[in-house]
Amino acid sequence: MTLAVETGVISLKHITKTFPGVTANDDVSLDIVSGQVHCLLGENGAGKSTLISILAGMQQPDSGAIEIDGVPVRLGSPRAAKDHGIGVVYQHSTLVPTLSIIENLMLGETGLLKNEKRAIARLEELSDLLGAAIRPHSRTSELGLGQQQQVEIAKAMWTGSRLLILDEPTSMLTPRAIDALAENVARLKAGGLAVVFITHKLREAYAMGDCITVLRAGKNVLHLAPGDLEGRSEDQVQDAVLKAMFGGDLAAAGGKGAASDLAGATERTRESVAIDYTQRPTRLRLDGISTRGKTMDVVVTDVSLSVHEGEIFGIAGIDGHGQTGLAEVVAGQRPASSGRVLLDDVDVTGKGVRERQALGLRYASDDRLHEGTVGSLSVALNLMLKRIGEAPFWRWGYTNRSAIDAEARQMVDDYEVRTPSLTTRVGALSGGNIQKVVLARELKGDARVLVVNKPTYGLDLKTVQLVHELLTDFAEKGGSVLLLSNELDELIVLAHRIGVISHGRIVGTVENRGTETAAKVGQLMIGGGEHDQK
Amino acid sequence: MTRSERPRWRRGVDIVVRSVLPVLFALIVGAIILWALGKDPLTFYADIVANGLADGNWQNSMVLMSPLLIMGIALIVVFRGQLWNLGYDGQYLLGAVFAAGFGPTLTQQMPPFLAYVILSIGAIVVGALWTLIPAWLKARYGTNEIITTLVMSTIGIGIANMLIKGVFQDPNVVTPQTAAIPLDAMLPFIPGTQVNIGFIVAIVVALAFHVILTRTSFGLRLDVYGSNPKAARHVGINSRSMVVVLFLISGGLIGLAAAMDMLGQWGYLRANWNPSYGNEILPFVFLARLSPLASIPFIAFYAVFATGATIASQQAGLSVDFLMVIVALVLVFMTITEYVGTKRDLGQSYLPDELKDAFRRPFASMTRRTTS
Repeated sequence: MTLAVETGVISLKHITKTFPGVTANDDVSLDIVSGQVHCLLGENGAGKSTLISILAGMQQPDSGAIEIDGVPVRLGSPRAAKDHGIGVVYQHSTLVPTLSIIENLMLGETGLLKNEKRAIARLEELSDLLGAAIRPHSRTSELGLGQQQQVEIAKAMWTGSRLLILDEPTSMLTPRAIDALAENVARLKAGGLAVVFITHKLREAYAMGDCITVLRAGKNVLHLAPGDLEGRSEDQVQDAVLKAMFGGDLAAAGGKGAASDLAGATERTRESVAIDYTQRPTRLRLDGISTRGKTMDVVVTDVSLSVHEGEIFGIAGIDGHGQTGLAEVVAGQRPASSGRVLLDDVDVTGKGVRERQALGLRYASDDRLHEGTVGSLSVALNLMLKRIGEAPFWRWGYTNRSAIDAEARQMVDDYEVRTPSLTTRVGALSGGNIQKVVLARELKGDARVLVVNKPTYGLDLKTVQLVHELLTDFAEKGGSVLLLSNELDELIVLAHRIGVISHGRIVGTVENRGTETAAKVGQLMIGGGEHDQK
Repeated sequence: MTRSERPRWRRGVDIVVRSVLPVLFALIVGAIILWALGKDPLTFYADIVANGLADGNWQNSMVLMSPLLIMGIALIVVFRGQLWNLGYDGQYLLGAVFAAGFGPTLTQQMPPFLAYVILSIGAIVVGALWTLIPAWLKARYGTNEIITTLVMSTIGIGIANMLIKGVFQDPNVVTPQTAAIPLDAMLPFIPGTQVNIGFIVAIVVALAFHVILTRTSFGLRLDVYGSNPKAARHVGINSRSMVVVLFLISGGLIGLAAAMDMLGQWGYLRANWNPSYGNEILPFVFLARLSPLASIPFIAFYAVFATGATIASQQAGLSVDFLMVIVALVLVFMTITEYVGTKRDLGQSYLPDELKDAFRRPFASMTRRTTS
């Protein structure tokens, strides 16, 4: 080991952080010890992100202290956190795709001149530690996802290495890549580093963690120290964690079975009603569709598929492999460079967003904050966003407030959107309620085909359940859904067929029957050109 | 994390404070500068009030306010769409050349009211057309409209000067200027005042655009496009036509401002004269949060200030450019107020941590030594 690792204990003491209306962290105390993997579990909204933000120096706690080896420290800025050797790997890529790896790693350096020699030496140290061969001068955009994550880890450890925080690192990885990540983490741990591993999947926490802390509603509700874990079986740990994660909500979530499903404790199978789609009319058909674009995320190549009445067609794939492009080309937001889009056997390739909407095609974007809604506008206006100018809500272009409010009130009630009022800015709502606003808008009226991208991303347990119900209900009533998701579990629960997208191409389609689906989809992901692992 | 709404009145107070503070600070710093120059700031500010408001001087301020207000609305419309029309000088002067160039003859050949309408429409069309190239480049190729409007503005100013010295030159004088519209053919006064009816036009424009921007489907589409272009595309708003329409409205209104200014206040146009109204009101439309209604008091304030200060600076032996010093100070303090306000909204401390650490560091080493 050539790497100097700073060992010791990072203690969070009585951390409290409130935002107007929400207590994100409520008197949370925990110790992060070198050479241990500390799993942080909790539902979305339990306060995990806030705790990381505080450790990363992005937010300051209202009260409480952070100590390193008993010495109080102030993490007043991300730089201060870095100086103390705390690095974070976020869920989203923070690498600049057009730069080389070494340039990406040097982005945070402050010197006047590039000191590439020193940087390459540092990268070699880190590569040794990670057990990975990272070529400094290759383009970041050429990397597979697993390698990208290794570079992200190297970047987080660039200036120092005491604590590495991994925020939901497995959500976009294939089973094989997850194993590789586990190896990396084990190696780092052996090197004396402290690792905080944030996840909402129980089975991963059990497999990789030395100790487990569970947060619920901002409180530290359960801590299992290394000694506690050793003596218990996976089932026992699961019981304790589930009880802590959901508390009284366990019954509300449909008992332990449903809760453990949602907590990713077990393998999943399909729960939507089986249909024989071959007997049903085709609603949406793509005929050799290709698009052009500047980033890989929006480029699809020669995609052909058909979605039938009442069918949920899932698209599985690693983030950024053309999902956005596929959704946009169907919705009419992105022109097709070749191929055709047919809706009820009518060619709509040349039609725009609004014309396709009028034909019953709806699109719920994955970026609900910056694309699906306008944060500075009211809940009522956001519900009406796709009907601007339509009678009776606008007469001769003049806004008819009472008609809009009546319609919005109806939708808020029907879809149980929890909002202080119709005039509240939508940006002030929780993620779950924003998603309800989006789905209410898209499903309302004569929706026939729904394209939906990552519908449950970042949502709390109950809303995930609700969204799944909305989608299955819609399909049971004859609607067709094109469901793009990077949560394999979600696709397996909802979809009738699952197509796997890789580098903008559909590399295969799997019938979702029985328990083999996950394995088949995983195989397609790897075989489908993912140059991920060595 | 959710951020719950603060009570409405609290936000209202906040907005007013954030809008008024920069002006106050600018006046205070302006006073310090005056004092450093050996002038008495209190006398200076009292002179401004005397010359901008007292003894019927308010009427001069209102006359100045008409073009300023219309121009303010013109900027508000594009700024709300997050587009930057900074070519206001060229658009204004070309509109002004049209009104001042054809004014003297047209007002004599037909009923004055008809002439006003034709001259105004002509100026509107000229101003709007001058935005067409930047608008089209922006809509079609995404070309940076700041650069293109500025370039077009420079060209427009040049063409205006050429026209003044050329076809519209008053043959009876040596100075390069257009023939003057006879005094009795200028815009009529509002009864009982010395203020021309351009003021009423300006107020009507402000109110009309307040309704259009806040109460119509066009206003909502504009807000969606301006605050979130990605959402606009998602909703199906045609961003290309939006860009072109916004620029045409903006340029047209600037042309209207020029027509009102020429027909109501000046009556002729001299070469190399450029009032740069746009530069002067720029900070104030932002202080008004791009609201047409809220911009009325701000621009009224500036009109009084400018009218009074022009005379006050002459009396105090200062350059009139001192006005722009105050305007620039307003901009500086507006930026600071916004920065602090945003920091506070996010619950962060006002000063960057690095800065605080830099101050703390020398003391920190001292305290550590004493404790160990």
